[in-house]
Amino acid sequence: MAPAAGSLRSLDLRRGAPLGFLFGALGAALIFGLVQLANDPALFFQTFMKSLGLGSVYALIALGFVLIFKATQTINFAQGALAATGALFVAFLVQERSVFTGDAIQADRYGHIPFTNLRNPLNAMGGPDWLYWVLSVAIALVFAAAVGLVVERLAIRPMVGEPLFSVAVITLGLEIMFRVFNNDAVVIDFRPVHAPWGLEGFTVGGELINWSFIAAMVTAAAAFVAVYFFYRSRLGIAMRAVAFDQEAAMAQGINVGRVFAIAWAAGAVLAAIGGIFATQPPVDQTLSVDQETANIAFRALPAVILGGLDSVTGALLGGLLVGVAEIYAGQYAAANTSWLGAGYPLIVPYVVMLIGLLVRPYGFFGTPEIQRV
Amino acid sequence: MLGRPNLYTSYQQENQLLPTWTQKVVFTLFVAVLFLLPFDLPVISQIPLVRFLGDGDWLLIMSRMLVFAIAALGLNLLSGIGGQVSLGHAFFMGVGACAAVYLGGTSGETTWGHGLPIWVWLPGAGVAAALVGVLVSPVAVRVRGLYLAIVTLGLVFLGLHFGNTSWGTKIAGAPAYGRDFPSLDVRLWKEETPLLDVSSSGRWLWFEVTELQKLYLFMLTLTILFAVVAKNLSRSRTGRALQAIRDRDIAAEVMGVAEFRYKLIAFAVSSFFAGVAGALFAALLERLQVEQFGLFLSVEFIAILLIGGAGTTAGPLIGSFFVVMVPEFVKAFTKWLEAAESGPTEVLAGAMLTDGDDFGIINTAIQTPGWTLSVDAWNIVLFGALIIVFLIAEPLGIFGIWVRIRNYWKRWPFSY
Repeated sequence: MAPAAGSLRSLDLRRGAPLGFLFGALGAALIFGLVQLANDPALFFQTFMKSLGLGSVYALIALGFVLIFKATQTINFAQGALAATGALFVAFLVQERSVFTGDAIQADRYGHIPFTNLRNPLNAMGGPDWLYWVLSVAIALVFAAAVGLVVERLAIRPMVGEPLFSVAVITLGLEIMFRVFNNDAVVIDFRPVHAPWGLEGFTVGGELINWSFIAAMVTAAAAFVAVYFFYRSRLGIAMRAVAFDQEAAMAQGINVGRVFAIAWAAGAVLAAIGGIFATQPPVDQTLSVDQETANIAFRALPAVILGGLDSVTGALLGGLLVGVAEIYAGQYAAANTSWLGAGYPLIVPYVVMLIGLLVRPYGFFGTPEIQRV
Repeated sequence: MLGRPNLYTSYQQENQLLPTWTQKVVFTLFVAVLFLLPFDLPVISQIPLVRFLGDGDWLLIMSRMLVFAIAALGLNLLSGIGGQVSLGHAFFMGVGACAAVYLGGTSGETTWGHGLPIWVWLPGAGVAAALVGVLVSPVAVRVRGLYLAIVTLGLVFLGLHFGNTSWGTKIAGAPAYGRDFPSLDVRLWKEETPLLDVSSSGRWLWFEVTELQKLYLFMLTLTILFAVVAKNLSRSRTGRALQAIRDRDIAAEVMGVAEFRYKLIAFAVSSFFAGVAGALFAALLERLQVEQFGLFLSVEFIAILLIGGAGTTAGPLIGSFFVVMVPEFVKAFTKWLEAAESGPTEVLAGAMLTDGDDFGIINTAIQTPGWTLSVDAWNIVLFGALIIVFLIAEPLGIFGIWVRIRNYWKRWPFSY
């Protein structure tokens, strides 16, 4: 007899072994965590906040992936390049306010500031620096959205109806192209984004908790709430309809092209926000855009896959899970660094992803593809 | 009946390697030219392209192209014929290179190695990569489409990390530095004088052959070997099963194609090709560096397939020529412009080149910070643009263009 309850279906016998493994690993992690919590609560709390901060950054990037995937059914491999581009826009816009730099604006070898055409319209503005920064970020996000729109119009729109993988490879091509320009802009000197909180934070039991962790969490929460309400708006319903069945949506009078464009603009904005946080702790201690910034998207991919490519909830939980796994592994397995290799926390997300996919091939919240012969 | 295209009187005839006499003659000539290309012969050296591709540094680039072709043929079996898109081809190449250096490299304080001859380490590289391919296939077979692409992408990152671990450095050498790779000399066992000397200039039979010519001929022989294997595999039972899986996997399974088994075979064979190519790639550079086998290399192979034409045997070969040679042509063109002193080329050079302050897009200064990119950077941009343009304008790649031209002339003067 077929299993009656839907919730029991995941306890299929064939999945028994991987599921047992998964629960075993989770149980071991829980016990280990409790021991560490009893040992040094302050350190545990710091690690926890750090992991939530990182998880929020991953969730932000993952949300961008999911938004674009839900509308266009493709993975946007250029998300990392868009993130770095967005963060660069911020860096260029705020670099002219000398209060941030404290010295002359960094000029290149020929004496001009690169990308000087990008004048910040707020330069004459008085008022507090954090307000200037926030408004500059808003302008940068508008630029980022414009980049997303242009990319969608030039490279993605002509591919409507083509095989999905072709579109994914196009975004890989975009990633390569963008990366050249981004790296060219940052190769000589790092481009600080001058976030108002800097490296500061507050201490709990002697352990520093950066404001940037909190900022990342708040931003991620705001973004997810915004997307939640967006999907309930008229446009959001149109977007979900397009995701469900492109042709049927078109037949109902939904402008599929516009839905694509909006998804890409929103994806680029989320990528840019993620890119700003990718220059802050816990991702990066340099506070500036460098060649590593664009890799944030590849680090966040396991989160998307674990959560399921088409699930907003999955993006949030996947991001947090991967962030927790990465930070805790980095904190508590550091004694074995020589055997695990320098920088081993960076591959923890991928290991988690491979194990997760063994259990659920479409991620934990993804919709399994239904196939007919 | 002679010379009617698409008229086949038997199944065997249709499945021949080269179905028509024209193809047989043209292919024989083409292969002969390829083999004679490095030598300074009266008529052959006058053919366009062959004129310069046969000398000096171009031979090294051609050898690299041939190695890329082997790997691309492997990826074509998996992705073009089997429809299983893999971004992890560079990972399997890296596995092959590491296995090869473990078998063939020298043992030292910081490195492991056995100093075995090439006939052990070259197939060993392939077998090791194939084994790893079989090892990951349980995950890879369960997931499909873009999920598979990302799983294989994860493999690339895991592989790159391998070079950071304390045990990984024993095989792969220090991070960012790497280790020396064994030469391509063919030895019976570990004797001093090689049976077939590939790594230094010398005499082969009655001919004086330089090092680069030897390298090229060695790679060409291997590439032809692998191309024949790939072609034969794709027209065999396995190839047909894989095509059925690619076109509709559930339908194939219903018809009795053992999906899991054939996907496993595809992964293993494609990894074997990749492993051998990875070992040859490192042998060309005479150095194994794990950082070489990153995501960019994987994307290059995807691009080779898409630009050449996926699912055909000629496609990966054309694609690797295009993807490897176009950047070199651009570089050579820039050098040629730089050397121009007068006439229209000089005007063009003035418009395109810059050494810093003047107008132009290609920066020829040694260090090129800021805007105006160097040739190398422009080549990467061009590479990305080519992927996009080909996918939008000609999804079947150069092979598709060729098919259209051929079909036009086949039915000339009618339009259809």
